[in-house]
Amino acid sequence: MNSVPASKDIAQFLDYIGEQEKKSLLRFLTCGSVDDGKSTLIGRLLFETKMIFDDHFSALEKDSRRHGTTGEEVDLALLLDGLEAEREQGITIDVAYRFFTTDKRKFIVADTPGHEQYTRNMATGASTSDLAVLLVDARHGIVTQTRRHAFIVSLLGIRHVVLAVNKIDLVDFSQDRFNEIRNQFQSFAKDFGFRTVQAIPLSARFGHNVSEPSPKTPWYNGPSLLQHLETVDTSDDLTKLPFRMSVQWVNRPDLNFRGFSGTIASGTIRAGETVVVAKSGKTSKLARIVTYDGDLAEATAGDAVTLTLADEIDISRGDVLASVDARPEVTDQFAANLVWMHEDALLPGRAYLLKCGTKSVSATVSELKYKIDINSFEHLAAKELKLNEVAVVNVALAEPIAIDPYAENRETGAFILIDRFSNATVAAGMITHSLRRATNVHWQAIDITREAHASLKGQHPKVAWFTGLSGSGKSTIANIVEKKLHTLGRHTFLLDGDNIRHGLNKDLGFTDADRVENIRRVGEVAKLMTDAGLIVLVSFISPFRAERQMARELMGPGEFIEIFVDTPLAHCEARDVKGLYAKARAGKLKHFTGIDSPYEVPEAPELRLDTTTETSEESADRVVRLLLGLGDGEDWVI
Amino acid sequence: MTTDRQSHLKRLEAESIRIIREVAAEFSNPVMLYSIGKDSAVMLHLAIKAFYPSKLPFPLLHVDTTWKFREMITFRDETVKRLGLDLIVHTNEAGRAAGITPFSHGSNYYTHVMKTEALKEALTKYGFDAAFGGARRDEEKSRAKERVFSFRTANHSWDPKSQRPELWQLYNARVAKGESIRAFPLSNWTELDIWQYILAENIPIVPLYFAKERPVVERGGMLLMVDDERLPLNDGETPDMKLVRFRTLGCYPLTGAVESDAATLPEIVREMLIARTSERQGRLIDHDEAGSMEKKKREGYF
Repeated sequence: MNSVPASKDIAQFLDYIGEQEKKSLLRFLTCGSVDDGKSTLIGRLLFETKMIFDDHFSALEKDSRRHGTTGEEVDLALLLDGLEAEREQGITIDVAYRFFTTDKRKFIVADTPGHEQYTRNMATGASTSDLAVLLVDARHGIVTQTRRHAFIVSLLGIRHVVLAVNKIDLVDFSQDRFNEIRNQFQSFAKDFGFRTVQAIPLSARFGHNVSEPSPKTPWYNGPSLLQHLETVDTSDDLTKLPFRMSVQWVNRPDLNFRGFSGTIASGTIRAGETVVVAKSGKTSKLARIVTYDGDLAEATAGDAVTLTLADEIDISRGDVLASVDARPEVTDQFAANLVWMHEDALLPGRAYLLKCGTKSVSATVSELKYKIDINSFEHLAAKELKLNEVAVVNVALAEPIAIDPYAENRETGAFILIDRFSNATVAAGMITHSLRRATNVHWQAIDITREAHASLKGQHPKVAWFTGLSGSGKSTIANIVEKKLHTLGRHTFLLDGDNIRHGLNKDLGFTDADRVENIRRVGEVAKLMTDAGLIVLVSFISPFRAERQMARELMGPGEFIEIFVDTPLAHCEARDVKGLYAKARAGKLKHFTGIDSPYEVPEAPELRLDTTTETSEESADRVVRLLLGLGDGEDWVI
Repeated sequence: MTTDRQSHLKRLEAESIRIIREVAAEFSNPVMLYSIGKDSAVMLHLAIKAFYPSKLPFPLLHVDTTWKFREMITFRDETVKRLGLDLIVHTNEAGRAAGITPFSHGSNYYTHVMKTEALKEALTKYGFDAAFGGARRDEEKSRAKERVFSFRTANHSWDPKSQRPELWQLYNARVAKGESIRAFPLSNWTELDIWQYILAENIPIVPLYFAKERPVVERGGMLLMVDDERLPLNDGETPDMKLVRFRTLGCYPLTGAVESDAATLPEIVREMLIARTSERQGRLIDHDEAGSMEKKKREGYF
């Protein structure tokens, strides 16, 4: 970019621009611990590739005097720290993207922070990068953070690494020190599957070996950082992989055109070839590859296109179109590496929303196999996963989707998890392999259907789910409801929290993770009972919205009735039938709902019972009416 | 991840189309902010490509401060007609009634009322749950950390500390009622990419980008164009005819011209390549104080 033709000859200039457009793009991230000089290095790259405009530079000179750490010199790092809070604290707390270009390549840099608590940001930066620059301070060498960064970079599938041994000027440009660090890195990183590792001695502050080879390191024969970035071959050649395209949008301008818009994830596709809808197994010939610039004969990975097929087959957003010869796995269970990205811990068994390609589906982590200590790479047993922790897990989905292992295809093997209530992105996942259980364990065909069970009993199966604080009166009311229904000749069953915990769930405690599993099991049992045609009364504190929602989704439409027994904490505590509040207040009982464990109030229960204004008998009557679908004035029919 | 067969412009184009389609597919009521400038022109062009042969599945929204260059408004109306678009024009009527102008209330307050507040008012009025903007990460420091899907609370504010992590191209499009996102399909484009693309695709842009003799006055180191009689002239100030053009477009009293003889697209791009000042320098609002863009973003500005 630094050699625009000087002449004002426009034809010559257009030739030059034509060449510029053919440049390739390299996306990389930089990682290092605090004070390794990451921001200074990127600032230096921007400066040396003449990407800093005059007015930015004068703003920088002004900033340097106020916040800088380099005395009289311009502090290049200040170019990078975008947000006010960061400028004040002198740290980078979020991923920032920077752009620069040379005559050979265009670059997008993800600048990611090195603090312990920000694994999340590094994973984010790495997810779109082809290469990672790992910074180490030549004085300190390989530190814990270096190992952690190398691990995350490898986990996210980056195969090309630069080990930037920075501040080489502070160790007197010592070749021995450089070799020591390089060897140390190579020995621990050998199992990470990196394809290229280039170690470079440099000084970001003074520009040694950044764009030009430094005369101070005559013993180093390798490329400067910029030379390496301009020439390293990171192309995975996605075009050679089997064809995949996740349908993003069904394009239907009128009755005569039905196209499937999306970006080709991998492979190459030509008009006339046969494609398969991965999930349904239906096939058709590709009729046209439509774009605004005209139809294409073939399209390859990375192209945003609209495909039309020869046959009318059922395809909607989220479907994966694939090559017939090499199809993706279609499964509802798989194993994956998971990076947890939220303050609220992962709870196995809780239902999250999973997004893979353009498909969103309800998902639970069915098994947390082990956590990985990102410093020692040790496997640790775990019941929950906290912010910035990494684990190997099994994931179960509400319906099968088309996937590939992440190592084979970053597009069809990556997913995010979204919390269903806060809508926060809580995790990033990389699929390792499908668990073929879904294909091996077939549903047992059943001749006596749930409808048959219900009709023999002459009733509609329902689940009345009583939720509320301990001592709110759930069980008392549920008991009265069951007696009334029984009298009315209805077939019922009452699942009570305490009783279930003595048997089915006696292996569970009261941590958040165990509470989730507790409710999951009860939900499943209630589900089987509705299959048997019963009216099921569930009396459980069930403090979390997510699990009540999960139970709701297990049942058929209209079958789940959430009843919020809304007794204020003070009342429950005053009653304290079982003396539990007293114990909890005394600190003798941990994780007690309402005291040191949260209760999430239902947002839209089918029924809310106010036990401070009506008797248990009155409450029970209202429940019975709702269960049997009776209006206020109607009498019960026996 | 890299396919070297695609030039960087093709990659950027495909990435933007993907973002635009994702918003249209995931949200129930999206809108595209249309500011008439070069970035909007590129964004609109990409959107038309994204849905071809269908028409745009969402309207455009122009927040009219009433102080835009006249040529911008003409160009806007021509574009809408030429492409058969659905355009909503919104002005903060309370601000207009109160007579808020860049001269009477200062650029800061004026921008807040006639741009930021006007935009929030329009988003609320029509209940949009997603709004496309043409902002790029290379424009300004606080933009460099912006997400592609940038989450906004029910009162349209942006909290840099609680942004959702954004991995791969898997965008989290979930919002609760009243909340929304701003989507930035041009996040990874640079100013140069924009110009190169306009050149390669022959995208129509407002004639103000091309050099021409225009009446200007010099104030505080900036060349202001006298676009209509509303610009109050100081004592002894007379407009001079100068060969100028604009690198960015906004409200004419807040947008500085640059002296230039670049009258064709290739000449503009060439000038841009040798330029040594960044484009937002021509905009008054960034200079008020350090971190001013971040403040405006928190309040709901694009």
